[in-house]
Amino acid sequence: MVEEIITSGRMTPEVDPILHIWGWEIPLYLFLGGFAAGILFFSALFTLQNKENRYSMAVKALPLAVPVLLAIGLGALFLDLSHKLYFWQLYTNIRWESPMSWGAWTLMLVTPLSILWAASWIEDLFPNLDLRYDWLKEAIRTIRQYQKPMAWALIVLAVILGMYTGILLSAFNARPFWNSAIMGPLFLTSGLSAAAAAITLLTKEHAERSLFTKIDLILIAVELFFIIHLFMGFLASTQVHIQAAEMFLGGEFTVPFWVWVVGIGLAIPALLEILELRKRFVPTYVPALMVIAGSLMLRFIVVEAGQASRWLY
Amino acid sequence: MRYAMAIDTRRCVGCSDCVVACQTENDVPVGYCRDWIVESMSGTYPELQLEIRSERCNHCSDAPCVRACPTQASHVGKGGIVLVEESECIGCKACIASCPYDARYVHPEGYVDKCTFCIHRVEKGQNPACVDVCPTHAMIFGDMDDLNSDIAKLVARRKWKTLIPEAGTKPNIYYLL
Repeated sequence: MVEEIITSGRMTPEVDPILHIWGWEIPLYLFLGGFAAGILFFSALFTLQNKENRYSMAVKALPLAVPVLLAIGLGALFLDLSHKLYFWQLYTNIRWESPMSWGAWTLMLVTPLSILWAASWIEDLFPNLDLRYDWLKEAIRTIRQYQKPMAWALIVLAVILGMYTGILLSAFNARPFWNSAIMGPLFLTSGLSAAAAAITLLTKEHAERSLFTKIDLILIAVELFFIIHLFMGFLASTQVHIQAAEMFLGGEFTVPFWVWVVGIGLAIPALLEILELRKRFVPTYVPALMVIAGSLMLRFIVVEAGQASRWLY
Repeated sequence: MRYAMAIDTRRCVGCSDCVVACQTENDVPVGYCRDWIVESMSGTYPELQLEIRSERCNHCSDAPCVRACPTQASHVGKGGIVLVEESECIGCKACIASCPYDARYVHPEGYVDKCTFCIHRVEKGQNPACVDVCPTHAMIFGDMDDLNSDIAKLVARRKWKTLIPEAGTKPNIYYLL
């Protein structure tokens, strides 16, 4: 047995006794980023399939929320910075090895593009809207001409955005619980699932609700598979990874994770969605809100647990 | 050139002089430290073994903090010393998360701070403050690439370990056993 004590009184704020550098800002942003990525992905996908009128909530209406979601997320990221006045340094450097740099540049591309994307659907959504200025009408007409190429760009960027939120964490070898390649796909799937749930929640079309309920069910199944895979990977790895997994298998994160994320966020809504597809009466908003809440909780728990896991020496 | 430090665990008594010297030399804010003492007890009573270590940034040759930094504020300076440029640091804390030794902290002024091997002294040909102040001469600083340096000879002669080499960071603080 080895027992180690720091005797010189090291009590560095946010580092001792366990790391706590990232509070609510980072997980909130990771959720909003993944959620926005999911919405953009479905919108772009069904535009390319020429189904924009059939699935109008997914393609046209929900993307209006994306600039707002991203703005809140970016605001949270900015609040997290401790040397705020220097944030522009992100955009005077390109660092291929740093996921944080990837994220900053992806957001730099996705945010303006999402505003243009939302603007391109404005006339479909509000046919009676008077845009007043001729230049504005002209601008929107021009944007509309480029909807297809924009959709292609958005599909790629949405996958990068949804995936990088997980890779950002998995790149930290120093925190064993984050250090799994499953984090990227898991966060991407979770973001897509939250977006599909939001579409079922808001659409008035039966066909659209039914399709996205099915999509959400598949995504939930994939997510459950990733979660099992995540723990299998940890348990087959080194001692520090096994200890990281044990925080969820009897340790302090067991109840929050298995009840909130797996139970309320995945398993129960999946059952309700199956019942709904079998024409049993289930209010759509119940499983949809559960999925979205579970997706948010996943980010909070993973960010917290990663900081609590560490190497031994 | 590769600056490194060898710390003799058989000489270190854990007096914390290195910690205080560093805080004084580098104006480390109250409540923070760039180096610290760890007492490690292993074995089962009565077969116990005590190891005392003065720890700090390992100035890793493959530094994860430098890779994680989105702005190049964390960079490798002269002789492999890992440094933070205050005016480029945005305070995103990715480097703190990436360090398996927890050697970094957020300075109250917002930027991230850590051990610099007292580069301002090293550039003048002096030792880091912690090395010079050690009452038992437990620490040796020098260039590992110079085979005639005291540190290279000592590391060649003595048994040593580095901390968590399995994390893959190639640390440059050698603990002599």
